[in-house]
Amino acid sequence: MKSINVLLIFKKEIMYKPIIYRIAKDFDIIFNVLEAKILPKLEGRIILELRGTDKQLDTTISYFREEGVEVQTLAEMIKRDDKKCVHCGACTAVCRVDALVINRSTMEVEFHPDKCVACGLCRQACPVNAMSGTAIDREI
Amino acid sequence: MSSIEIKKSYEEINDRIKKGKAVVVTAEEMPEIVKTEGVKKAFEKVDVVTTGTFGVMCSSGAFLNFGHTKPKIRASKVWLNDVEAYGGIAAVDCYLGATQVKDDDPLNMVHPGSFSYGGGHVIEDLIAGRHVKLKAKSYGTDCYPLKEFEKTVTINDLRNALLYNPRNAYQNYNVAINLSKKMKYTYMGILKPDMGNITYSSAGQLSPLLNDPYYWTIGTGTKIFLGGAAGAVTWHGTQHSPDSMRDENGMVREGAGTIAVCGDMKEMNTEYIRGASLTGYGTSLMVGIGIPIPILNEDLAFFTGLSDRDIKAQLIDYGIDYPEGNPVSLKEVTYAELKSGYVEFRGRNIPASPLSSYPKARKIANVLREWIENGFTVGVPQIQAPTIPYVKNR
Repeated sequence: MKSINVLLIFKKEIMYKPIIYRIAKDFDIIFNVLEAKILPKLEGRIILELRGTDKQLDTTISYFREEGVEVQTLAEMIKRDDKKCVHCGACTAVCRVDALVINRSTMEVEFHPDKCVACGLCRQACPVNAMSGTAIDREI
Repeated sequence: MSSIEIKKSYEEINDRIKKGKAVVVTAEEMPEIVKTEGVKKAFEKVDVVTTGTFGVMCSSGAFLNFGHTKPKIRASKVWLNDVEAYGGIAAVDCYLGATQVKDDDPLNMVHPGSFSYGGGHVIEDLIAGRHVKLKAKSYGTDCYPLKEFEKTVTINDLRNALLYNPRNAYQNYNVAINLSKKMKYTYMGILKPDMGNITYSSAGQLSPLLNDPYYWTIGTGTKIFLGGAAGAVTWHGTQHSPDSMRDENGMVREGAGTIAVCGDMKEMNTEYIRGASLTGYGTSLMVGIGIPIPILNEDLAFFTGLSDRDIKAQLIDYGIDYPEGNPVSLKEVTYAELKSGYVEFRGRNIPASPLSSYPKARKIANVLREWIENGFTVGVPQIQAPTIPYVKNR
């Protein structure tokens, strides 16, 4: 069983089509809605955590694309420059999904990209510009 | 020098350091030694305890002398990478402050501003050996006729580059929370509304001044680790306040002592000194400092043996109280609680995160230990920082 976070963008042509319900029904995916934003008649954005086998996840993502949904894997959107990071911990104050957490025995900041939802708050919080990448509310 | 009882002298300790026989431990290791062997045995066994801290320290900056130009200039305004340095010191001297932002920075016009480049970053760029654009302007005099000068330089082209920080290594500090309904972008980091999170900024048990709370061994002339190089304490720092609240042990319970420090930037290393951007607030400098504490008596063994459990700080509202100038303590918390990651407050378990790097603080204390094991002697303070009498309560 694997878990990935994806951002799905539903353009107005498909935003009122029932799509997500099928991933549970047909592909047996366990999903969890992490964030959603709907701009009526314009666009819908949703961040989902998807859990399933590699094969189930691949099928699901292909299905989304066939239906015209834009899919972005969030783990690849935000990156940490380990040479710049000083392990101060400022980012852990704002990370709401525990993608950035302090290991209490070493007090070092650990980054778990698989949990990241690309909200971009860590980029604001980091004093040494170690976090970079695209955030949800901008640049897409 | 202080009038405290000296049972093991500086000379004795330095003699052992020179012979490679001194017993040096970090302030993280000392509590365990005191716990298992007791204060008396710990005093007899340990010669020096090393400390460390690495965090954003405003009131930092650099005196730079860029050498005489040909023809000569009496610079009255100076910029480095478009960050203005104060030029009213001498012909080719200036002081570059860490919180000075780049000219034309949009500041907080679109709140919160990102403050991506300022004096702290110039200091980092210089120490890293990167190229920096130097610009100077003058009105011209008979002896210094040049009116404008511009050149790309590295730190090697500067005649002198001295880090001189008027207030560093704050002895303890506020713990921040936000009681307001709005997100706050502060020098204590991003604070979510409605008590969403707590931030703190001290290395706690490893922090230099928390290991010598009465400044018996820290004063003008104390040799320190500064930004990766040997530096010195030059005076007590601005806002130094020895009469702050203390607990039954004599340990400060809020921001208290500070030190002014100085060192040669040409010897420093960006692993231990970094420019900082604080969203919505401004720029600053992250400074790494380590101070060796000679264990002159049992009281110093006792203090260096205190751990995060024994060191307390005050929780302050940075949403409304602090900005209005009415900071009141909402709760007293220990560094052990803060480092656990959660603090209980008003019936809620609130996530707490640091702003100063504990891993770097630990590393600095260890590097300083190695220095001492290799012959770096302990400086004898010539002028003591203002302090208060110690009433022993144990």
